[in-house]
Amino acid sequence: MIAPGTPVRVQSWMPPGHIRTPAYLRGKRGVIERPLGEFPNPEALAYRQPAPRLSLYRVRFTMAEVWGADAPHPTDTVDAEIYAHWLDTEE
Amino acid sequence: MPHDHDHDHDHDHDHDHDHDHDHDHDHDHLSPSGHPYRKDDDHPITYWQTMEIAIRELLEDKGVLTADQIARQIDAMDRRSPANGAAVVARAWTDPAFRDRLLANGSAATREMGFDIGPLHLVAVENTQTVHNVVVCTLCSCYPRNLLGLPPDWYKSRAYRSRTVREPRAVLAEFGVTLPDSTTVRVHDSTADMRYIVIPARPAGTDGWTPDRLAALVTRDSMIGTGLALSAL
Repeated sequence: MIAPGTPVRVQSWMPPGHIRTPAYLRGKRGVIERPLGEFPNPEALAYRQPAPRLSLYRVRFTMAEVWGADAPHPTDTVDAEIYAHWLDTEE
Repeated sequence: MPHDHDHDHDHDHDHDHDHDHDHDHDHDHLSPSGHPYRKDDDHPITYWQTMEIAIRELLEDKGVLTADQIARQIDAMDRRSPANGAAVVARAWTDPAFRDRLLANGSAATREMGFDIGPLHLVAVENTQTVHNVVVCTLCSCYPRNLLGLPPDWYKSRAYRSRTVREPRAVLAEFGVTLPDSTTVRVHDSTADMRYIVIPARPAGTDGWTPDRLAALVTRDSMIGTGLALSAL
């Protein structure tokens, strides 16, 4: 499990399919806000394939990270739920 | 066909008539009070309406669900309303231990109040003097329907979904909520399995109010974050 406060980076993959990682957050850096437990992988579930349970996290991003330093309120935040396999903790 | 003939005749009559002022539409299509009649929806059903009917009838034919069960589920969903969430918020305002449980596990706390929220995974986020929360689903239209009922149409619009993560303060201002720079805006994008409810800040001047009286101040928009709780005055 990744602990709250841990910095993470969202993978910048662009695969086809039912992906719950929004494109505007791919490649962006954030911190773990809280772990949410395990849920069936929606990328498989959407196609009625066996869906292993994966850890899901709430990740907090600053507006500056998502939209650039000239974002009107750079310290406002966006929190999103991201599955573990989309998170890179190696920095 | 006689009917069509009559219809055409009426129109011809109207168009031939020499009006002394301009009209966008002829008088046949106005009510006695001058409003246009709503057009009948005589068009063929859409692809997705056909799909819905086909799947529903298959489920019934194969004995997976009965028509009665489907009707009862629709009825149960239509009974859910923002009043459920308002009761949860009012309880959180008046019962600090409940507020703590709600923030720790939104689903368990709302079930504890007797709400049948099914498999809903609820996260409650609290507005304070320094933080304002607002909820969006950029990917589709995720909303805590099992607690609050169906979302407003604008919640599903592309404009709300795309702008709220990009310029939340501009969106909030259009809803009449203007926040000082000292307040941090936290946008919550319901991208996966969680659904969100905002606990708005308790209005001033409500000390000693009962939960029922407080609940009347909690609007649907205040639980999405596009509004504030109503003023006590």
